[in-house]
Amino acid sequence: MSKNRLNMAATSAAFVNRTSSRLGIKVGRGVLYIVLIAVAIVQVLPLVWLLLFSLKNNQEIFNLPPLALPERFRWENYANVWSRGKIDVYFFNSVMVTALSVLLTVLLASFVTFALTRMNWKWRAPVLGLFMVGYMIPIHSSLIPLFVLFRNIRLIDNPLSLILSYTAFNLPITIMIMLGFYYALPREIEEAAVMDGCSVHRLFFQIILPMTASVMVTAAIINMIYNWNEFVFVNTFISSDTRKTLTVGVQNFVGQYSTDWGAIGATLMISIIPVLLAYFIMSNRIVEGIAAGSVKG
Amino acid sequence: MSNKAVIALYVLPSVLLILSIVYVPILFTGYYGFFDWNGGSDMHFTGLDNYRKLLRDRLFWDSAWHSLWFALMSTLSLIVYLLVALLLSGNLRGSNLLRKIYLVPMLLSSVAIAQLWLKVYHPSSGILNTFLESIGVKNTPDWLADPDIVLWAVFIPILWQYAGFYILIYYAALKNIPESIIEAARIDGASPLDIAFRIKVPLIGEVVKVTVVLAVVGSLKYFDLIYIMTGGGPNRASEVMASYMYSRAFKSFDFGYGSSIGFSLLLICLVATWLIRALTASRDKIEYGG
Repeated sequence: MSKNRLNMAATSAAFVNRTSSRLGIKVGRGVLYIVLIAVAIVQVLPLVWLLLFSLKNNQEIFNLPPLALPERFRWENYANVWSRGKIDVYFFNSVMVTALSVLLTVLLASFVTFALTRMNWKWRAPVLGLFMVGYMIPIHSSLIPLFVLFRNIRLIDNPLSLILSYTAFNLPITIMIMLGFYYALPREIEEAAVMDGCSVHRLFFQIILPMTASVMVTAAIINMIYNWNEFVFVNTFISSDTRKTLTVGVQNFVGQYSTDWGAIGATLMISIIPVLLAYFIMSNRIVEGIAAGSVKG
Repeated sequence: MSNKAVIALYVLPSVLLILSIVYVPILFTGYYGFFDWNGGSDMHFTGLDNYRKLLRDRLFWDSAWHSLWFALMSTLSLIVYLLVALLLSGNLRGSNLLRKIYLVPMLLSSVAIAQLWLKVYHPSSGILNTFLESIGVKNTPDWLADPDIVLWAVFIPILWQYAGFYILIYYAALKNIPESIIEAARIDGASPLDIAFRIKVPLIGEVVKVTVVLAVVGSLKYFDLIYIMTGGGPNRASEVMASYMYSRAFKSFDFGYGSSIGFSLLLICLVATWLIRALTASRDKIEYGG
């Protein structure tokens, strides 16, 4: 009997213990979520505010509370800056420069990564080192000679100066993203292909490239974001207004219409929508690409 | 076609490109530093004059100090990012969505970020001062015009921009720790705090080192945001090495002196990388058992 009571006491004590610790965990979880969601709000709040003021006129921006909705969404802000602010020209230039640079970078990086991971040659280690160290070099340390070089070969004010610079400076991170994937490719397929008398080029273009499509997409989207957002090279190498890309174009536009907040908001939104859209569709790849490109260096 | 020719065909274009766009220009930056040159045809060899002048140039040392300040603050902020990542990595529902939301500012161009924060900081209509006024703060500061607070005001957007990036890296590293190690510690009676700081953090030590290098070197070469938000002002209170180099070279057209700054920037970045690596080099490598 007494033994039984003791048992009961023990069980109930354990029960109390467990519920209190469970309650503790619940409260802890709640606090945890509050902290983590607060961080998320801080991260997106400025952008929500941007979206709102891009849809207001100056009166509404200055008189209404910052996060209040306008009387009606003023989409005309977007239409106005698109043609009046030459944002259409900048946008098209950005698309062209970005697309060509991404294509060139991903193709060249695939060649290099293939040679680095699938072939044996003497200079493999130094070449790999060349690309890895390149990641650490600040663009400002090569900016003046690059400017002089492009001026001498008449590429100043030519989009080619941007495409070459973007490709060269993004090769390191692109190769970094690709290396892990190439290392993991099974060798049997290649061996079989070579046994069948397949040339290296056919092996690369018809077998390897299709197999690495997924990592190429990841690398391409990371490159796209970098190139789309690049500022210093455009600001330094491109002087004609009609050849500028969005970053510098937006900067000029804002300088001219500094008091028209709605127009500025619309311009900024137009410049970030493509990247946000890409992120919305392919967030997993972007997350994976950023992680792969940063830590494996 | 021999193997050598194939390798050359695959590798040479990229090697030549990176040599001519990245590496050779660096050497030229060092070389131009020996000249008095406005970028035109008049180019005078002046030996070490530029570098000597640099050593005595207060504006350069101020800008170097500001860059160092950013490097220090960015490194300290890694602690906050690591804490958030630790919170996020304990099997939490929605953690994947949260870390994706955190990353959003990282995707935006520095022009967009700078212009947006110029509006946030706007003295009368910005969301920050509007908020401060609504809770009764009088004499709200003009954030970017006050030399005493401008560095902090510029640092906040940087903190905001990179948060998601570093949280993502830490989160990925933490998720890579084998569950068996955590389970074993839990069975041995380790508290959640012990697990976080005595097991998880040491296990991702290598990743933490990489992020310190990224944060320091990234800060030393920081440019866009500061250039657009303040132009180094007011009265050079937010000038950093890269913006000082840029204004010397492309605004004052002093290519020789600008080059000597650019070359010093490179040396400082390389030395910083080497120093961090050397200081944090661990003799015993941690390996996951089982």
